[in-house]
Amino acid sequence: MSYTPPTDPTNKQPVKLSQLCEICHSRKAIIRRPKNLQKICKLCFYHVFETEIHNTIVSTKLFYPGETVAVGASGGKDSTVLAYIMKLLNERHHYGINIVLLSVDEGIVGYRDDSLATVKRNQKQYNLPLEIVSYKELYNWTMDEIVEIVGIRNSCTYCGVLRRQALDRGANKLGIKHVVTGHNADDMAETVLMNILRGDVARLEKSTAILTESNGSPIKRSKPFKYMYQKEIVLYAHYKKLDYFSTECTYAPEAFRGTAREYMKNLEAIRPSCIIDIIHSGENLVLKPKQAKKKTTVKKSTANKNKIQNENTEDNKQVFVDGNRCERCGYLSSNKICKACILLEGLEMNRPKVNVSNAHEDSEDGAAKNLRTLERLHF
Amino acid sequence: MALNITVEFLGGLDVTFNKQRVWQLSVPIPQDKGQVTMEDLINYIVNTMIADKNSVGDFVEDGTVRPGILTLINDTDWELEGEGAYVLEKGDVISFTSTLHGG
Repeated sequence: MSYTPPTDPTNKQPVKLSQLCEICHSRKAIIRRPKNLQKICKLCFYHVFETEIHNTIVSTKLFYPGETVAVGASGGKDSTVLAYIMKLLNERHHYGINIVLLSVDEGIVGYRDDSLATVKRNQKQYNLPLEIVSYKELYNWTMDEIVEIVGIRNSCTYCGVLRRQALDRGANKLGIKHVVTGHNADDMAETVLMNILRGDVARLEKSTAILTESNGSPIKRSKPFKYMYQKEIVLYAHYKKLDYFSTECTYAPEAFRGTAREYMKNLEAIRPSCIIDIIHSGENLVLKPKQAKKKTTVKKSTANKNKIQNENTEDNKQVFVDGNRCERCGYLSSNKICKACILLEGLEMNRPKVNVSNAHEDSEDGAAKNLRTLERLHF
Repeated sequence: MALNITVEFLGGLDVTFNKQRVWQLSVPIPQDKGQVTMEDLINYIVNTMIADKNSVGDFVEDGTVRPGILTLINDTDWELEGEGAYVLEKGDVISFTSTLHGG
């Protein structure tokens, strides 16, 4: 697969006064910014887009001079624009950082192999070093093999857990302590919305942070595109003719996320600022400290013995806080064994009897299987 | 009479259109109206270019382009050109870019 750039329009119409850019007042406005409905021209759009990201980076002190930063690159629009912008801003504003592209090969034939080809082209276009880590070498499983066992429905759960670790391990291998990802405002608002809908308040608070760092983890994550609309990222890639890959993953997205995304797009059509508004809400929702609640439950339990037991378990829990390591793989984990190892263990148990378990699943999951097919049809 | 224009399906939307990104179209101009609007073009695309009728929903929803697809008329957001009411000119480049596809 090679890259075909979009066609340049040749029709030039005389510009009416009402069509002029609201920033420079001299060129034709070509877009209306979803954030503030301002009509601006192509050059002003480049300037505003790049400057906003620069301001986000500076105001949150995301990088320090001499830092090596890995860009999580999938070949998709967000990470392609991210790699381009990071290189551009680093040179323009002298951040003094070294940029490396880091890709994860999940092992999905017909999807990841094509998108990795795009990353390899980007590597040459932007002249940045590239490192690829694969599920196969890390876990001895490809996503295709995993899906064969767990079914399409669970693919995102496995892939998500494994990819998070894979990026960290890839960065670790290169001695890099900072990974930037192309998550944009739409992704973030979608996550806030999903956490609210699921009642997942613990994650809600963390989900809007631009920089995530855990105690004891040597690798931090950040999202310089936190405030950038998907629409503007796509437009930027379009006007700049950036070479990106855009095919849906063979394993359709989680049904719940898909619905949340569609809902958000419908809201955006009515009120474009809603995306940034949802993020704002998410940022300002803070959980009440939990301790007060625990004490009341302890008080309610009448027997003194219970109280002692409760205190004991609380003490035990405190041992497994942030900074603990998985007993199997040594990866950071809040439990004795990390989620990836638990998932992999489950998979290993199934490996020898793939055929048997498949047949079993088919007969047992009759109704669920129909539902699955319907879901896929709907999207 | 027909109007010659270029239509592009980008950002993964080409999957719905036989995996072809760039199309040179001759859109018939109805004699009574003497012009083709964006709305007419969308109807024309839906009626003649989507082979699998199940995937019409990937492109249009409630009679207009689905939310999440960017429509550009000569690189200008169609919101600034009157959306469906825009009257097409010979040689116009219309692009539809999906923002919904992951990456």
